[in-house]
Amino acid sequence: MHSRSLAALAESLRAREFSSRELTEHFLARIDAHDGGLNSYVTVTPERALAQADAADARLAKGEAGPLTGIPLAHKDLFCTQGVRTSCGSRMLDNFVAPYDAHIVELLDAAGMVTLGKVNMDEFAMGSSTETSFYGPTKNPWDTARVPGGSSGGSVAAVAAGLAPAATATDTGGSIRQPAALTGLTGIKPTYGRVSRYGMVAFASSLDQAGVVAHSAADAALVLQGMAGFDPRDSTCAEREVEDYAVALDQPMAGLRIGLPAEYFAEGLDDGVREAVMSAAREYEKLGATLVDIQLPNSPLSVPTYYVVAPAEASSNLSRYDGVRYGYRCADPENLEDLYKRSRGEGFGKEVQRRILIGTYVLSHGYYDAYYLQAQKVRHLIAEDFERVFADVDLILGPTTQGTAFALGEKADDPVTMYLNDVYTIAANLAGLPALSMPCGFVDGLPAGAQLIGRHFDEGRLLAAAHAYQQVTDWHVRFPEAFA
Amino acid sequence: MPLSNEQLRHVAHLARLHIEQPRLDSLGGELDAILGMVDALRAADTADVTPMAHPLAMPQRGRDDIVTEEDQRDRFQALAPEAVDGLYRVPRVIE
Repeated sequence: MHSRSLAALAESLRAREFSSRELTEHFLARIDAHDGGLNSYVTVTPERALAQADAADARLAKGEAGPLTGIPLAHKDLFCTQGVRTSCGSRMLDNFVAPYDAHIVELLDAAGMVTLGKVNMDEFAMGSSTETSFYGPTKNPWDTARVPGGSSGGSVAAVAAGLAPAATATDTGGSIRQPAALTGLTGIKPTYGRVSRYGMVAFASSLDQAGVVAHSAADAALVLQGMAGFDPRDSTCAEREVEDYAVALDQPMAGLRIGLPAEYFAEGLDDGVREAVMSAAREYEKLGATLVDIQLPNSPLSVPTYYVVAPAEASSNLSRYDGVRYGYRCADPENLEDLYKRSRGEGFGKEVQRRILIGTYVLSHGYYDAYYLQAQKVRHLIAEDFERVFADVDLILGPTTQGTAFALGEKADDPVTMYLNDVYTIAANLAGLPALSMPCGFVDGLPAGAQLIGRHFDEGRLLAAAHAYQQVTDWHVRFPEAFA
Repeated sequence: MPLSNEQLRHVAHLARLHIEQPRLDSLGGELDAILGMVDALRAADTADVTPMAHPLAMPQRGRDDIVTEEDQRDRFQALAPEAVDGLYRVPRVIE
């Protein structure tokens, strides 16, 4: 059951081949058996899952089921779930049980999906390896001595190992696409504003966007359909109709113009990953698309821009954790200032503190213009690069990451090297564009990912392109042997 | 220019973070490395570029001025480290 597509699972549920309860029990048993070595879940919620499964079975019996009814999934542990801890991978929120549901949790619950639990992540989504989690690192199912990527490392490890059919995730600078690439999954970060951020713990509000990781583009399309849409409680949520992604999947590739950015294939890219991505490009050519050489000249500035903008927004967003209203509080505070400082000093981990300090510094008197204002201007230049290129091409294709999954601990003590992980993914966040990673081969036994970037609100085309590729390749159905 | 110990302490104060001296010593180098990487921005010619604060060119949505939130004080205070008689309890502020 754990290697079937969501559409196949839905069909089996409707045909009564098995019930949602049986399906849920199957995944719960797999979590029990396999998660000890992976650490993908922070919290497993069997009782709640089985109650939701029973409700889904009742809907199925009455013929009131939708395409997602009865299908289990895992939520990244930064989506608020009423009554279930939302830790954000942090000691700060280790005791936090949200009093309400995130918009996407409401929507997916209403669609009849079954929540298996909450999955691990870098603390406050700050990281590219899931090593900064208060709950310890998550391992890569393809090689447990390696990281699964991050920040949505729990989401991808759970799905890649068959401990959930799909999982929600978020992407501020690559946190859906990079881990999807390192674990052989398909992950989509929609256009900024396509999915409500209500009830999603904020990191960098002008960049954060929720999405999904799954095995295939078709699976991702089904879940995204259930999550996307207008929500007045998020003031930046787009008031715009959601395309029918299932219909969009069948768009032909013939006539499409696909741009290959020179900067994404320049120095730093692993040769094996380059070859895998280029073979994907050749597949698109066979499918009738035209490859076009393009340039995104400001893309080398995307990492520096991001490491001003994101920490600045984070330092402001995370000022809410004061040890007073919720979350961690230090013992025996001497006075109010001591309460604030020690609660935050003890409650936040090293990486989160680093980013709060950088953010505070670049926003502080005397440095604001040189850093923050300049970064916002360069952000504009980066967005304009895309605007210019999208006048000529329909999609951009390139690698998602420079290499395959790295060893646990390899980059943990070197923040700048870790940050450069996201060199190909960050620009889409800065420009608010939708982007997707899909598996495109293996290098020394480890998955490699290709990234597709589209125009604003062109998720349908992105999913269609990945789907077309997955019709003629089988990378997305490969499964790590240890978890078969 | 590397961050001085004094600057670092000042920023930590602004961020309301208590950081022990040994950690502060290693943090200086880490933040310098990050700011060094970020310095690449200075070379960009942005003379006529407007700053971009938001990824989508969309107007801020307004809404009618009506109360939409119900009173949930008790539910929210149940999450607090310390709440007494409907109030959040903190160390004495005024002596």
